[in-house]
Amino acid sequence: MSWYKNLSRREFIQLAAAAAAASGMTACSGSRTPWRFLRLCEARALAAICDQLIPPDQDPGADWAQVVNFIDIQLCGPFRDAKDLYRDGLGYTDATARAWFEKRFAELDGKQQFDILNAMERGTLSKAIWETVDPRQFFETVLSHTMEGFYGDPRHGGNRARASWKMVGLAYPQVRGRLKYDPRSL
Amino acid sequence: MPLKKVNAVVVGAGAGGGVVAKELASAGMSVVVLERGLWHTAFDCRKDDLRNQRSSFLGCAFGPDDRNPRVTVNDSGEARVVKSNDWAYSNNAACVGGGSFSYGAMAWRFMPQDFGMRSTYGAVEGSTLEDWPISYEELEPYYEKAEWEIGVSGGAEPPQKPARKKALPMPPLSDGKEHLLLDSAAKRLGLHPFHIPMLRNTIPYNGRGGCMRCRWCVGFACEVDAKNGTHNTVLPKALATGNCEVRTNCMVKEILTDGRGHATGIAYFDEHNHLREQPADVVVIAGSAVESARLLLNSKSLLFPNGIGNRFDWVGRNLQGHAYTGAMALFDFELFDDLGPGASIAICDYNHGNPGLVGGALLCNEFIRLPIHFSGMTPPGMPRWGQVHKDYMRKYYRQSSIVMGPVQELPVFDARVQVDAKVKDFWGIPVARLSGHRHPSDIVTAKYIAGKAERWLKEAGAIQTWPRLPGRELSGGQHQAGTCRMGNDPRTSVVDRNCRVHDVENLFVADGSVHVTNGGFNPVLTIMANAYRVGEYIAKNWKSV
Repeated sequence: MSWYKNLSRREFIQLAAAAAAASGMTACSGSRTPWRFLRLCEARALAAICDQLIPPDQDPGADWAQVVNFIDIQLCGPFRDAKDLYRDGLGYTDATARAWFEKRFAELDGKQQFDILNAMERGTLSKAIWETVDPRQFFETVLSHTMEGFYGDPRHGGNRARASWKMVGLAYPQVRGRLKYDPRSL
Repeated sequence: MPLKKVNAVVVGAGAGGGVVAKELASAGMSVVVLERGLWHTAFDCRKDDLRNQRSSFLGCAFGPDDRNPRVTVNDSGEARVVKSNDWAYSNNAACVGGGSFSYGAMAWRFMPQDFGMRSTYGAVEGSTLEDWPISYEELEPYYEKAEWEIGVSGGAEPPQKPARKKALPMPPLSDGKEHLLLDSAAKRLGLHPFHIPMLRNTIPYNGRGGCMRCRWCVGFACEVDAKNGTHNTVLPKALATGNCEVRTNCMVKEILTDGRGHATGIAYFDEHNHLREQPADVVVIAGSAVESARLLLNSKSLLFPNGIGNRFDWVGRNLQGHAYTGAMALFDFELFDDLGPGASIAICDYNHGNPGLVGGALLCNEFIRLPIHFSGMTPPGMPRWGQVHKDYMRKYYRQSSIVMGPVQELPVFDARVQVDAKVKDFWGIPVARLSGHRHPSDIVTAKYIAGKAERWLKEAGAIQTWPRLPGRELSGGQHQAGTCRMGNDPRTSVVDRNCRVHDVENLFVADGSVHVTNGGFNPVLTIMANAYRVGEYIAKNWKSV
């Protein structure tokens, strides 16, 4: 297991900011990223998508719950077949944002992000931008992975502090049977 | 170099293989059980919402692993290689206990009509619908044996089914909130609700304690060993005789035969992937419907150029499972009491006698939905993401109910398992190739049954209901059956009434493969009961075969 798996989000942001400052650039680069697979700007775009799919309100949203961390870990494991899909899809998402609003996806306001995702879900985005990836397939993949990261077991890197379980009224862990074998699930 | 010869080698340590192994070992035969999966430990039984046999987003906790791919063919004839956690793979767990290690543990007896579907309903176009060569009455004593030896809890059978001659050894669990609501609603509708029989300890039985009522049941191993599978009942008994050895992590390659068409043993790759030969007097195959068919088809020789038992091209045909149907409902009050397993109340009012339909299904409430499951269960037309979806999760997670049932499928000749010409598994063995689809009649029945589920839920006070219907995609999965049909005519079946392969007098199949039809019920108790029957037959007759 890598040391950075256990970083809190605050530590991640500090590290990421330091990495960005050190590199002296804002272009998308994989060389200084604190993530395992994702590049810095990819992770930002993904965090923004996730927060549209499960937005923060009186309960935490997907970004706070570290869904990006979950997806990044799984892309180096069970989701490895989706690496290209994420690399291309996140790039096209940013390219679409630039084409529509002349900004990166993460820098758009909520309504603009929502409009792009809506078009992505329907598959009505420009084929000139979405060359190698079907936007619908990308959307469906990110949607299921986000649900898994938010509503699934915290031991896989998402659902921070069991945020979603508390939200639906499963306020405390059932301490029964052999859960003691895995403290991280408590 | 061949290993020391034994009286019987059993392929697969699941519901069928475990029972046969125990019957043979208890009768004094020396037995080797070969299982491709593991005998899981307590550590493997941690609850994991994303990695189990029910929701396997991150993989299947209890196998098979990625060394065992399959090929599936869609309607346009396109083939695709799939991993075991893909829905199209038709997965059943690969481990000691097989599906019975992590199932929901429903313990249904089929109904007498389920053994005589052709006689009851006549021929159906596009289906190979047929009667079983054995009757309910013949299987009845073995149902009882399974209920007592492996351990079933529950109450009496409903009026649509024959009463048990001997009551179940354990009472049902106490009724939860949803159970009480559905019970009174069913009675108001003139239906006949009862407790689902379960292979589950509700009181201490067989040296193990009762269900702790957690919310992780179907798809998970039981943390307190209250679910009764072959791994904690018959297999330990088989080992205790001193006559049985279970070899795990052993992938079977083929059934060996001699020039006279006798089975002589099994060739398999051991835990170090070395090819071994295990000679035996009797060979019993119980790898579940997909893998058993694959093994027979892969066992080719001069006498059996198309695979053992496949002289008339019936091996792998009639793959069936269940067309799951039902309805989901939302309420304006809380039903969730966090008392597992969740599934508890059923009706058999719609298994048979539905006007204009062939067969039907039981209906029962579902196992507890974990949040990740519930996140995909939105009403038709509602956004699947965003604020609306999050509000839905927060409001309705504890205010929902599901009533579902397994529609009995009409067997289809072209719904089948073949071996792929190109794709091989980790050991170089040709993989299973799945193609075909459900009979259109199953979908019609499913819609009818879903309507009955909605009616039941509305009577219980639901403010909104919607149907959950199956598609025409190929069936199989955890209820897979039918690929080595039992029958009296060798030209239209693979095994005889004693589950002996027609062409080979010392080769038997003892899993769901032999089911002619699969009932409107979860099939495991029928697999176990039939395995007791087959085991008894082999133990009595093996010296003459």
